[in-house]
Amino acid sequence: MMRSAVSWFERLGRTRQILAIAGAAALVVLLAAAAWLVGVPGAMDFADGRKVALADYPGADPTGVPAALAGAGLVERGEYLARAADCVVCHTGPGGVPYAGGFAFTLPFGTIYSTNITPDEETGIGQYTDAQFLAAVQRGVGRHGEGLYPAMPYTSYGYMTDADILAIKAYLLTLEPVRAPSPEARLAFPFNQRWLMHVWSAMFAPHKGFMPNAEKSAEWNRGAYLAEALAHCGECHTPRNLVFAIDNRAKFKGAVAAGWRAYNITQDRKTGIGDWSEADLLSYLSTGHAPGRGTASGPMGEAIDESFSLLAPEDRRALVAYVRSVPAKSSALPASLAPAAPASHRLGAETADALGKTLFEGACVSCHAWTGEGTLSPLATLTGARAVNDPSAINVVQAIVSGDHRAAAGGIISMPAFGGAYSDTEIAALANYVTARFGAAPSRVTEKDVASLRRQAGG
Amino acid sequence: MQDTFRLRINGEVHAVTVPPDMPLLWVLRDVIGLTGTKFGCGIAQCGACTVHVDGRPVRSCLLPTSAVGEQAVTTIEGIGETKEGARVQMAWLALEVIQCGYCQSGQIMSAAALLAQTPAPDDADIDAAMAGNICRCGTYLRIRAAIKLAASGDAA
Amino acid sequence: MPAVENLSLNPTRRGLLAGALAGGFVLAFRVPAGAQPESEPDQPADEPAGPFAPNAFIRIDPAGRTTLTMPQVEMGQGIYTAVAMILAEELDADFASVALEHAPPNDRLYANPTFGIQVTGNSNSVRAFWMPLRAAGAAARAMLVEAAATQWGVDPASCATASGEVVHAESGKRLAYGALVGAASALSPPADPPLKDPKDFRLVGKSLKRFDTPDKTNGKTVYGIDAMLPGMKIATVAHSPVVGGKVAHVDEAAAMAVPGVRRVVVLDDLVAVVGDHMWAAKTGLAALAVAWNDGPNASVSSQDVWTALREASAHEGAVAKSVGDADGMLKKGGAIEAAYEMPFLAHAPMEPLNCTVRLTPESCEIWIGTQVISRVQKTVADLVGLPQDKVVVHNHYIGGGFGRRLEPDMALTAARVAQAMIGETVKVVWTREEDIRHDVYRPVYRDTVAATLSKGKIAALKYKVTGSSIIARWLPPAFQKGIDIDAIDCAVDMPYDVPNFHVEYVRAEPQGVPTGFWRGVGPNNNVFAIESFMDELARKAGKDPVAFRRDMLDKEPRAKAALDLAAEKSGWGGALPRRAGRGVCVQPAFGSFIATVVEAEVDTSGEVRLRRVTCAVDTGIAVNPDTVVAQLEGGLIFGLTAALYGEITIRDGRVEQSNFNDYRMLRINEVPPIEVHVIASGAAPGGIGETGTTAGPPALRNAIYAATGIPLRRMPVDREVLAGKKEAWR
Repeated sequence: MMRSAVSWFERLGRTRQILAIAGAAALVVLLAAAAWLVGVPGAMDFADGRKVALADYPGADPTGVPAALAGAGLVERGEYLARAADCVVCHTGPGGVPYAGGFAFTLPFGTIYSTNITPDEETGIGQYTDAQFLAAVQRGVGRHGEGLYPAMPYTSYGYMTDADILAIKAYLLTLEPVRAPSPEARLAFPFNQRWLMHVWSAMFAPHKGFMPNAEKSAEWNRGAYLAEALAHCGECHTPRNLVFAIDNRAKFKGAVAAGWRAYNITQDRKTGIGDWSEADLLSYLSTGHAPGRGTASGPMGEAIDESFSLLAPEDRRALVAYVRSVPAKSSALPASLAPAAPASHRLGAETADALGKTLFEGACVSCHAWTGEGTLSPLATLTGARAVNDPSAINVVQAIVSGDHRAAAGGIISMPAFGGAYSDTEIAALANYVTARFGAAPSRVTEKDVASLRRQAGG
Repeated sequence: MQDTFRLRINGEVHAVTVPPDMPLLWVLRDVIGLTGTKFGCGIAQCGACTVHVDGRPVRSCLLPTSAVGEQAVTTIEGIGETKEGARVQMAWLALEVIQCGYCQSGQIMSAAALLAQTPAPDDADIDAAMAGNICRCGTYLRIRAAIKLAASGDAA
Repeated sequence: MPAVENLSLNPTRRGLLAGALAGGFVLAFRVPAGAQPESEPDQPADEPAGPFAPNAFIRIDPAGRTTLTMPQVEMGQGIYTAVAMILAEELDADFASVALEHAPPNDRLYANPTFGIQVTGNSNSVRAFWMPLRAAGAAARAMLVEAAATQWGVDPASCATASGEVVHAESGKRLAYGALVGAASALSPPADPPLKDPKDFRLVGKSLKRFDTPDKTNGKTVYGIDAMLPGMKIATVAHSPVVGGKVAHVDEAAAMAVPGVRRVVVLDDLVAVVGDHMWAAKTGLAALAVAWNDGPNASVSSQDVWTALREASAHEGAVAKSVGDADGMLKKGGAIEAAYEMPFLAHAPMEPLNCTVRLTPESCEIWIGTQVISRVQKTVADLVGLPQDKVVVHNHYIGGGFGRRLEPDMALTAARVAQAMIGETVKVVWTREEDIRHDVYRPVYRDTVAATLSKGKIAALKYKVTGSSIIARWLPPAFQKGIDIDAIDCAVDMPYDVPNFHVEYVRAEPQGVPTGFWRGVGPNNNVFAIESFMDELARKAGKDPVAFRRDMLDKEPRAKAALDLAAEKSGWGGALPRRAGRGVCVQPAFGSFIATVVEAEVDTSGEVRLRRVTCAVDTGIAVNPDTVVAQLEGGLIFGLTAALYGEITIRDGRVEQSNFNDYRMLRINEVPPIEVHVIASGAAPGGIGETGTTAGPPALRNAIYAATGIPLRRMPVDREVLAGKKEAWR
């Protein structure tokens, strides 16, 4: 994708190049202006009630650490908050040292890499002053004044208090320093113009700080702080608009991020999580699995393992309380989920092609069974999972390609990665068979879709 | 953390004290000493570790011991006591299916489960039941023929 | 049946045999043929008094029990049954009641005549042992006959034998072998015992039931991985992910916290976690935080390996064969050229690598399934500093060898772990991931070939193989004058009659990737390149691929007959659906002449479906014809698996594949019908175990060529090329 954009650009004459640059810049400014003029609501604007400064909130302080850690030292508090903010998942390269960076974000217009946030003086954050660290986390301004790309969720982290961010910094400084320069970003014009990010940040990520809602409970406000400032749910679960800004008009309605679909987590009963019980949600956040609801995989699996499952139980309850207050919005997904498939391979999925079945019976049926009810572990149950009921089959494709191998809180997850040895045609056929057999509506994924999803996920 | 489990294996009860998430495969092989069930891949891709749990074929390499409970476990050492198992074993020998033999415990367990469920399987049934069992020696053609022979009851 | 050929003993083999016979004693065998698990330390076997043991292969006790010692190891190829059939044939033993034993390590008694050490490989067990075993059986029989004749006071020539008895037809007297044990033991083995006329064979040539299979249906067979010793601990290992790398730092705490973990062993290039069971070891290893110094191969990638191989391939090689003036002919112009490339491959036997060791200051005991038992003994003895006779090796049935167990590395690894726990017994089991990532890989090869045609035949052909020399590492004395005899096998002796023919070899070792023998060895590469090129030449010549080959096979009538039969049985030339094609391959590999036709179809997205395989084989005397068929069926599937899916790739010095999800195997639902036609032959037996593996890939490649017109020149099959998504590699 990037290469084609670049070569397209290189083929233009000098004058046309200048025109193209000017045109692109003008377009960006125009779109940005348009979006800004219309005005995107803030993350918590959906809730009625009066917002107050933190200091003026009468209830318990919604920021910081849970009660059990109130007396803990700075570093221990920072460790908890770093987990709650899920820093490690993005700041660790594949097979790399935690927090040493190098994780690739594959975007439509190029690739950027997460940075090393171990205390290494040269390549990490060893020399960051507090002010520099705060600027990077809250406003997306790098140590040398450069604009960070919003793969770093400073749009959300901007809600974090200075004290919490500096606690995280204190924790990071206790890590073993690792020398690991971040690979250079490879982006097409105009996205390689970092100065544009300042314009973008000013428009879409104004740093305002967290303002509690005086008319909501302390639990709700704690949940809001966890969800919006730390866990940054909206970065994946809320769609972005034309200029890549989070569009809170469709808050938590679901979106595709990094090649995975983050599902609708509004209170819509059909396509969201409106019919999930509190127990379902707590189970999902603490183990990555809720009976009959499927198992978290991909980025959400990582978020569960590295963050949600490690939070204090009252923090998970607060998160649930907050998320359940987000208004229902329906998405274009099947309104009902398919029940378990027949036990016989002969029944069900009659429309699927032969290749998909050949692959399923060879590589998949041992764990997932013809019914879709996990043979070895409920974690392998496909029945009821949103992913197999999603006719785009996006997450089914990604799970097949990249697999998942984790000792999760709910047990061992051992989904092999098939992306290395199976062709795009095969993965498409398999995904189509899986959705046809276990979902409400069959997918029609093509090999081109699979290739594109692989690219989006950085494969 | 370890727990004590009372496992019913081939009609005998074995009490074992192991971590609850320890896969049944290693309990069978390393704790109880039933080495007929084989380790092949550890990720349920090859089927060498197949045992029956209440008659269903299960990959023991990923089955947590805690998930077995009261269910009856049958291994290759005990499958000859079942009608289908005995027929499959005889058909395997009649057609000289086996080469190195390492995968065959799992193949036989899968085949016996297939026959118990589907007494007269056709090729599609055999594919559906057996494609999860890898054989590096390439005995697949004879496995297919032997299942049909076992189903016909003519092997004995 | 044609007349029997080549039945005379060649001098070197005869010398070896004489040595073995003169040895005249039998070691105290310790390993039972695998009936029961070894749940307690082995005791020397209870030897019945006065067994008759005329040579190292045969022992008969006074009760008539006949025990045959297997010089070659059973890894599925049926060799125990074949060896027993050959021995029992000439001995006239009661075949139904013979017992088999694994041979202990002893190069003097059990060396493979081809290699001079105990090796099971190169598809040569029957070929190499055919005469020695016949002679051993015949000598024992002659001694038993002489003993009976002496007792009866008759001419030995008037006595016959059958099913474990000596019979004197005239008098009606008969004596069981057991009754003759004492008298026969007093006799000297005859130097040149008479062998049976093959027309009198009662066992050889029949599809007898295998000895090893009954216990493989009920879980009783004991493989190396099944060794169970009292107090045994189980370990699993992580070798440096990059060859040449070292352990930089290990934090043991998390591993030691795992229930059942007993200790962590840290060596310079590997770590092992030892536990009460594999689960503890495996979980402990996963929890172990190891930092590695990757060393000099840290940045090696597949691309680097290919670049270096292509550069090496541009150089002149050592001349392995030169007939006529191929260079001169090619310079005249009109040469057709091509280059073929073969990937790294892992063995992936179903039984993951393992070895059990008990090391004390005075002794070492090893439980393993190996293709090279004496090499295991010597290598470990050298490592631990014990005399070789203090290292006892118990061999086991092998859950797939395919060449992987021609290396002693799994024994070395286990012995090194055992050095950290003297006096304890430890079984070291590799995970599948470790097995795939720390293999000795079938090397990458590049073959360049050029030819000219004249009147529809090849006038000149120049062929150059570039690749690793496994022989130079594995059997250094056999690497002479820059020539690896394995790497040029089936090139220098290709079956076609080409008047100007030149073969060269360039040794090129891939950086950071160890190489080893892989089922089919050198012939895999050469048969693939030559047979692929034959189809490209046939197309240039405007001839049918079968006819093109046939016209150049006058000097190899056995190959020609196999080709004719395979063509006939496959329906060669018959109509096929669109995008389906047939491909043929002819090979002289391992002393068997085989022609194979694969029928395959390719859909528009480049997916290949196998439709049918037909194979005709002249392997000489087929000792057990059903085993020949089984080996071809299995070998073809092994080769086709590699052709469709097999490739090991390297990135950052590390193997990228890990298990069957990304190192893929053909499954039962992808395998087509395979017909094998065995041609009756009186020639000496050829090898068979690896032949199918060699046959599959070129025949499939040629079927794809016929179906699509795309001449694939690299393996495995690239489905993107077949889909038209990228250019075929040239």
